[in-house]
Amino acid sequence: MDTINKADVIVVGAGPAGISAAIEVARGGKKVVLIERAQYAGSKNMYGGAVYTSALKEVFRDDFETIPYERVINSHTWAFLTDTGSFEMTYKNDDSTASYAIKRFNLEKWMIERAKEAGVYYIPNTLVTNLLLKDGVVIGVKTELEEYFASVTILADGVNSLLSRQINLRNNYEPKDIILSVKEAIKLDKKIIEERFNLKDDCKNGVNKQYFGTAFGNLKDVKNLFMMTFLYTFKDTVMLGVGANLADLTKNKLNLNQILDEVKKHPDISPLIKDGETIEYSAHLIPEGGYKKMPKLYSSGVIIAGDAAGFINSVHFEGTNFALISGKLAGESALVALENNDFSERSLSVYRKKLEKSFIMKDLYAYRNVIERLYSRSNSLSVYYPKKIRELFEIVTSANCISKGSQIRSYVSSFFKDRNISELFKDIFAFLKCGLDVFFGK
Amino acid sequence: MQENKDNKKSIQEKLELLKYNCANSSHLIVDQKVCAKCKDKPCTFICPAGVYSKDEITGEIIVQYENCLECGACRIACPKNTIDWSYPESGCGVVFKHN
Repeated sequence: MDTINKADVIVVGAGPAGISAAIEVARGGKKVVLIERAQYAGSKNMYGGAVYTSALKEVFRDDFETIPYERVINSHTWAFLTDTGSFEMTYKNDDSTASYAIKRFNLEKWMIERAKEAGVYYIPNTLVTNLLLKDGVVIGVKTELEEYFASVTILADGVNSLLSRQINLRNNYEPKDIILSVKEAIKLDKKIIEERFNLKDDCKNGVNKQYFGTAFGNLKDVKNLFMMTFLYTFKDTVMLGVGANLADLTKNKLNLNQILDEVKKHPDISPLIKDGETIEYSAHLIPEGGYKKMPKLYSSGVIIAGDAAGFINSVHFEGTNFALISGKLAGESALVALENNDFSERSLSVYRKKLEKSFIMKDLYAYRNVIERLYSRSNSLSVYYPKKIRELFEIVTSANCISKGSQIRSYVSSFFKDRNISELFKDIFAFLKCGLDVFFGK
Repeated sequence: MQENKDNKKSIQEKLELLKYNCANSSHLIVDQKVCAKCKDKPCTFICPAGVYSKDEITGEIIVQYENCLECGACRIACPKNTIDWSYPESGCGVVFKHN
C-alpha cells in the first residue's frame, strides 16, 4: 500500500466543517488528508453572506485576525414586506464584530491556507465516489482514480451528503425539510453602497436585512409560501437572495428565480439595488429538518459534521458556526479514538457527548419544533400579519379625520373577525410554544 | 405566476454570467420510463437553473446538465425519487466566486 494513501484521518469536503476538523486532527499531531471535489474550495458553496466570528476565533485562534473579510455586519433589520412598502425594525451596534461579510470563495481559500500551515494534506480536484467498507467498518474512501485508507473518515460533504446515504447513516430529506435558496451578487460602487445603506467608517460597517412577507407583485395570490428574503452589503457588492420551502415551491409550481425577480421589483428593495449589475447567480439547499431529521452521527470508522449532519439554526441564519464547531468536535473525537486505538461505533460515540455539551445539540433540541410550528403558520407570517402591520401603521400615520379610538377599536376587533377565530389562537399557541421551547431549552 | 418564458430568459441571462469547468458527461440521469408516468414533473419548474425541460415532440425529459448549479433541489423534489444525482467529475461543474 502506498504510504501517501494511508492516513490517520480522512476528511471529505473542504468547507467550514471539514477544514475545521482537519485542522484539529493536524494540531493533535496526526496525519490527516482533506479531499475536496472542486478545483477551488469554496467555489461550490453559497450562503447568505456572513460568517460568525466567535466560531472562527475558536478554530483559527490568533490567525483569525488575518481573515480577508469585506465588511463587518453590525446592522440587522427584520422587516415585513407589504404590497406597497414595508415595516422595518433595525438594531445597529457600531461596536459589534459578531459577523463578517465574506465571499465563500475567499473564506475557504483563506481557511485552506491555514489548514496547510497546520500540516493538513490537502487534495483538491478530487471527487470521492464511494466509502470503503470492511466488515461494516468504514476504512477509507474511493476517488475517481485511487483509494485512500484511514482509521477514521469524517464526512463533511455538505447538505446533499451522498456518502452518508451510501452507508444508510441518513435517510433522504423530504421536500418540506428543505429550503431552496438562490441569490444574486449585485455589483455597485462602494461609495454608493455606503451612502445608500448609511454606512460610516469604511468597511467597519455593514448591513444585513431579513424580510418576511410574500403578498406583493405577482406573488400576491400565492398562498402557503414559507419564504424569506435576505440582503447583505459587501464591499462593492450587495447580496440579495430568497429562500423558500421546497414543498411549497413544488405545490405552487413556482420557480425561485421568478420569485427573486419579483422581489427585485418590490418598491422597498428595488431602490437598494438600483443601477447595480448582477455579476453572479447561485443556488444552494438548506437542511431544515434539524433535531428530528438528524442522521446517525457516527458509525464504526466514520463521523458526520456540518451541513451533512443537518447542523443549522435557520431561525437565526446560523450555519457556518455549527459547521466550524461540529468539525472541531469531530476532529477531537477522531483524536480520542486514535489515542485509544479504538474506532468502533462505541468509541466514536464520544462525538455525540461532545456535541451534547456544546451549543450545537442544545440549540438543535430547543429549536426542534420551531421551524415546523412557524411553517404551519406560514400564511399568517407571509400574508396576514404583514397586512395587519400595514393596517396598524395606516391608522397611526394617517390623519384621516376619524377618531383614533374608533379606529383602534375596529382594528383590534378585526383580529377576531378577519379569519376564523381558531386561526388567531393557533398563531398565538404556535408563537408562544416557540418562545417557551427556547426559553426552557438546555 | 404564468411568466415561464420571461423566467426562462431571466435564468438564461444569469447563467451566462457563470463560469463552468469541463462537462464531459452528465451527472444527472433520469429514467425516461418513470418520468413519462410522472404527472407534475416538478423538475421542469423547480430547478433554479432550468436544467430540465420536456421535449414537445417526444415528451421525454431533456437534461441540460451543463447548466447545473449543483444545489440538489431536483433530487429531493422528484416525487418518483428517480433522478440519479451525483456530483460532476473531479474539478468540473460550476465555479462560484461571488458567493
